[in-house]
Amino acid sequence: MVEQKKADINSKSGAIVVVGGGISGIQSALDAANSGFKVYLVEERPSIGGVMAQLDKTFPTNDCSTCMLSPKLIEVSKNPNIEIISYAEIQDVVGSPGDFRVTVRKKARYVDAQKCIGCGICASKCPKKVADEFNQRLGKRKAIYLTFAQAIPPIYTIDRENCLYFKKGRCRACEKFCPNKAIDFEQQDETIEVEAGAVILAPGFETFDARLKGEYGYGRHANVLTSLDYERILSAGGPFSGHIQRPSDGRKPRKIAWIQCVGSRDATVGCEYCSSVCCMYATKQALISRDHDREIETAIFYIDIRAQGKGFDRYYERARSEGGVRYIRSMVSRVVENPQDKTLEITYVGDPGQIRVESFDLVVLSVGLRPSLAAKNLAKRLDIELNEFGFCQTRPLDVVSTSREGIFVSGAFQGPKDIPNTVIQASSAAGAAGALLADVRGTMIKEKVYPKERQVAGQQPRIGVFVCHCGSNIAGVIDVKAVAESARSLPYVVFATDYLFSCSTDSQNEIKKAIEDHELNRIVVASCSPRTHEALFQETLREAGLNRYLFEMANIRDQNSWVHVANGQDATEKAKDLVRMSVARATRLKPLLDMSFEVIPKALVVGGGVAGLTAALALAENGYQTCLVEKSEELGGNTRFIHYTEDGARPAEYMRELIQKVKGDPLITVYTRANILDYSGHVGNFSSTISVDGEKRSVSYGAAIIAMGGEVYKPQEYLYGQDDRVLTQREFEQRLAAGRNELENVKNVVMIQCVGSREEGHPYCSRICCTDAIKNSRKFKELNPAANVYILFRDMRTFGFREVYYKRAREEGIRFIRYEPERKPHVVEENGKLKINIYDQNLGTEIGLEADCLVLSTAIRPYPDSRKLADIFKLPLDQDGFFMEAHLKLRPLDFANAGFFLCGIVHGPKFVDESIAQAKGAVSRACTILSRRQMFIGGALAHVDEARCILCLTCVRTCPYEVPKMAEEKWAIVIDAAACQGCGNCASACPRGAITVDHNTDEQYIAQISALYKLSAVAG
Amino acid sequence: MSDTFKPEIIAFCCHYTIYNFARDLQGLTKSGFPENVKIEKVSCSGRVARVHLLRTLEEGADGVYVVGCEEEKCHNGAGSRRAKKRSEYVKDVLLQLGMEPERTEMFFMPRGDEAKFIDIAREMVEKIKALGPSPLRGK
Repeated sequence: MVEQKKADINSKSGAIVVVGGGISGIQSALDAANSGFKVYLVEERPSIGGVMAQLDKTFPTNDCSTCMLSPKLIEVSKNPNIEIISYAEIQDVVGSPGDFRVTVRKKARYVDAQKCIGCGICASKCPKKVADEFNQRLGKRKAIYLTFAQAIPPIYTIDRENCLYFKKGRCRACEKFCPNKAIDFEQQDETIEVEAGAVILAPGFETFDARLKGEYGYGRHANVLTSLDYERILSAGGPFSGHIQRPSDGRKPRKIAWIQCVGSRDATVGCEYCSSVCCMYATKQALISRDHDREIETAIFYIDIRAQGKGFDRYYERARSEGGVRYIRSMVSRVVENPQDKTLEITYVGDPGQIRVESFDLVVLSVGLRPSLAAKNLAKRLDIELNEFGFCQTRPLDVVSTSREGIFVSGAFQGPKDIPNTVIQASSAAGAAGALLADVRGTMIKEKVYPKERQVAGQQPRIGVFVCHCGSNIAGVIDVKAVAESARSLPYVVFATDYLFSCSTDSQNEIKKAIEDHELNRIVVASCSPRTHEALFQETLREAGLNRYLFEMANIRDQNSWVHVANGQDATEKAKDLVRMSVARATRLKPLLDMSFEVIPKALVVGGGVAGLTAALALAENGYQTCLVEKSEELGGNTRFIHYTEDGARPAEYMRELIQKVKGDPLITVYTRANILDYSGHVGNFSSTISVDGEKRSVSYGAAIIAMGGEVYKPQEYLYGQDDRVLTQREFEQRLAAGRNELENVKNVVMIQCVGSREEGHPYCSRICCTDAIKNSRKFKELNPAANVYILFRDMRTFGFREVYYKRAREEGIRFIRYEPERKPHVVEENGKLKINIYDQNLGTEIGLEADCLVLSTAIRPYPDSRKLADIFKLPLDQDGFFMEAHLKLRPLDFANAGFFLCGIVHGPKFVDESIAQAKGAVSRACTILSRRQMFIGGALAHVDEARCILCLTCVRTCPYEVPKMAEEKWAIVIDAAACQGCGNCASACPRGAITVDHNTDEQYIAQISALYKLSAVAG
Repeated sequence: MSDTFKPEIIAFCCHYTIYNFARDLQGLTKSGFPENVKIEKVSCSGRVARVHLLRTLEEGADGVYVVGCEEEKCHNGAGSRRAKKRSEYVKDVLLQLGMEPERTEMFFMPRGDEAKFIDIAREMVEKIKALGPSPLRGK
C-alpha cells in the first residue's frame, strides 16, 4: 500500500513504456503517470496525437476533435512524470515482467530539441515544398516541419529525404535564420535503453489502401477520396481551410457519395472483419458536409448500418430524418469517371434488384482499419502473437493482455474500435500494468519542490509587464516595444520589457530574475492565450516564490494580432488597452491558498456483477481496501447466465471463480442485500451510510465506482409469456447449455432481433443481440445439424471480428431475412402451430415460417432503481436511463462529479469482455486519486460573508452543484471549498452581495473595464 | 452617423464558449473580428451580474454584450439563461434612463463556433454604430 514505497522490495521497476502516442497511448500514459508511475511515451512520428489529430469533428456529438485532443496533449507535455520520446521506435524488449529493458532508437531530427523554441521561422524560410502526410498529401509542408500547429513536442524536424542540403549539399537556410541556433545537421540517430516494469503497446492503425479496390478508381480519379482525405478537407486547419471542394477543379461539389466497407467485410482483400467505425464516421461526414452547405446532397451506400455504440442510433436516425442524408442499401460495383467534367458515375443494384447508375461530384471511400506494417514488425520483434488479420491477439475476456506477460495492448491495434472504446481500453491497460507493479508504485516519480512563497499581503503592488513578440506572430502586426513602453508609464508598474518568446526556457529564467531583482509581486504577461500558457507562467511564478494567483495574462495574440493582421496600428492600440486593463486587474490580485487534504485510500464499488466484482478485485490488486455493495442476495449478476462465447470463453464458469476470489480477498468487504442511503464529502474524501440487511453502517472512501448493471427486457410482444415455445435469447441459451436433450425435437427455430431495441421509447441499439443470435444459432446447429434457423433482423451489427462468425453462420446454412420496422414480423398461433409471418424484401411478398421455437433477442435496459442511486450520488442519467459519463468521447469512465467512475452496463449495453475491460479501466482512473497521499483544492472559490447573509437561500437554489448549505450553528450559508467549482453563479445571484468569488471578484472585473476608459481607474 | 465613429464595446465571454472548447480565436485570422471589441473572460456567463453590465456602460463603453453557452448546454446548468435574464433587466433599466436598450445584448452560442462568434461581434458593432456614441461617454 501507500506506505511501502521502497525501491528495494525487489528488482521491479516503477516505470512503464507506452508505445504509440495516439489517443490510446496518451490516455494510458496519463493514467499511469497520475497513479504513481514513471512513463516513457514512445512515438514513431515527430509528434504525438495520432489519427485523432487529423480528424475534423467526431461522432456522435460533432465535437471538434482538435479541441478535445489539444488539452490532453498539453497535459502530457506538462506532466513531470511523462517523458515523450518521439520520432523513435522500439528495437527490443528483454527481461521479465516487472523488470524489462527496452531499447529505443531515436531518429535524428537535425534540430536540437533543447534549443528549438518552435517559432517556425525555419519552415517559413525553407525553400523546399513537400506533400504533407498530415493533410493526406492534399496540401504542402516544408522539408523542415512541425506535423501540425498544436504538435507536442513543438519541435521542428528536418525531413532528410527532401532537405536540399542533404540532397544537394547546399541551402542551410533554416540554420541561417534560426534565432536560437537549434539546427544541427551533424545530429545522428541514437539508441537508448530504459528500464520498465511493463510495456503497453498502442501503435494504432492505418487505413486500408483503397488502390487495392481498383473498381472504385482511387488514385486514378481525382475526385475519389478516402474518408481520411475527406476528414482533412472538412478541417479548418486542412488543405482547403475547411472549404469543401473537389481536388480536380476546386469547385464546390453538389452531390457527394460515400461507399461503405471499402477494405472491410471483404475476403478478397484479406479483411473479413468489420472495421466498426466507418458507418458512423460516414454519417458524421455527411451531416457535417450539409452543415457546411445545405445545398450539398449526400448519399451513403451501405450493407448494414452499424450504430452499436452509445448515442449512435439516435445520431443515425437524426441524419436520416432531419439531417437529409440518403442511405442506400446496396453494394456499389464500380465508379467511372466522366473524363470531361470529372464527375463520377456509380453503378449499383437498387432496391427492386435493378441496376442503376447515378452521378456524383465527389466520392468518398469509407476505408477500413488495419494494423500497420510497422506495428506487425514490432510485434514480431517482441514475440507477440497476432491474429489472422495481423491485429494483436488477446485472451478471451481479457482484451489488454498479449501473449507475452507484462506486455499489454490497447487501442485499434487490438482490433478496430472507436475513440470511447479506445480510451476505455487504454485506461484498462494502464490499470493492468499498474496492478502488476503495485508494490513499486511511487518509486520512480518525482514531485516538484517549490521555494517558500513570499509574503506580499500589505505590500504595495510592484508589477512586472512582459510583452511577447511570439516570433513574428505578435511583433509582425503589433509594435511590441511601444506596448512595453506604454506599460512602463502605468501606476505600480516598476518593470516592463519585451521578449522574442516569453515561453522559452531562457525567457522564463529572465522573468524569474526580474521578479527577484525588482522585487515584483504581480506579473502581467502580454502574449498568446491563457488557454495554453497560463499554467506555464503560473509555474514560473511558483518557481520564483510567488503565489500563482498573482499572475495575469493579456491576450494580445489569439485575440489581437492574429485577428487584426491587416490593421497594425489599431491592433497596437488595442494591445496597449488590453495591457492597461490587465495591470488594473493585477493591482487587485490577491494571493490565494490552495488547500490540501489527506486522501482516503479506500474505494466503494456499487454492484456485484462482473463489472463490480472485477473492479473490486482490481482495486485490491492495486492495494486499496474496497467495500462492495450489492442490492440482491447473490453476487454474479447477468454473467451467471452467459455460458459461452464465440471466442471460447466460459463467462459463467469465470464468474464462479471471480466470486471466490473476491470473497477470499482480505482487502475486500462484500455487503449483499445492501443499499446506499446517502453520501457526503468531496473527491478523495467521501462517506456514505449503507443499509445492510436493514442495519446501518458507515463507510468512508476516496473514490467510488458505479457498476450496478442492467437487466434484460421482458417482452410483451410476439406471444411471449403466452406460448411456452417463445423464449428470450437468454432462456434459449440456458437450454443449449443444459445439453442437447432439451431441444432435441426442435427442428425449426426462428429468431427475431431488436425486440425492445431501436424503437420508440427505447431508440438505442442493445449492441450484443446480433452476436448472441449468431452464437446461439450456431451452437444450436452444431447440436442439431438438420434443423433450420431463421434470423429476422434489421441490420446485422456484428462489428469487429464478430463479423467472421456472422459469415460462418451464413456458410453453415443459417438463413437471414431482413425486415423494416414499419413491417415487423407477425406471430400467430394456428392450430397449435407457431407461425411467423414476415415480408420478404427479396421476394417482394409476405412469407410464413413455422417454428418449434421462437427466440426473441430482447433489449438490455437499465435497472429502474438506477434513478434512485443517481439521485443519492447526484449523478446524471442519459435519455435512456443509463448513467451519463463526463464526456462521450474522451471520458467514458469518469463522471463529471470528481471522484466517481462507472463501468459495465450502467454505462450502456455491452459484452462481458467489454465490461471487464471497462471495470479495470475505471479502477485505473480511480487509482489516479487513491494513489495520492494528499490533494489540493484550488483557491478561486466562493465564500460567504456571514454578517451580510440573510439566509434567503437564493444561492442554494442557484448553485448547479448544490454546494451552499445552511449552517444552523452560524445561522448563515457556508460553502464547502472542496466542493465549490468556482463558477460564480451564486455571487451574481446573491441579492445582498454577500458572496465573493476569489480571483473573480466584482472589484477585479470592474477595475479592468474602467481602466479601458479612464487611466485613473488603473490605480483605483 | 458618421463613418469615423468607432464604438467601444465590451464582450463578456464565458470560459467555455471561447476558451475551453474553441481554439481562442485562432481561426479568425482572416475573418475581420472587429478590433474595437474587447473580450472580458468570465468563469461562467452566469457570473455576469447586472452591475457589471451597468458599470461597463457607466464607465464609458458604447455597448456591452454577453456570450454564453447554448441554453440547454451551459456547463453550470442555467448560467447562460441567468445571463439572458439579467441582460433583459439591464435593457429595461436603459429604457427607463432614456437610453437605447440595444446597447446591451445576450447571445447564446454553441461551443467553438468561431464564425458565429465573429458574426455576433460584427452585428454588435454595426448596431452600436447606428446608435452613435453612448450619452454616458466621457462623463
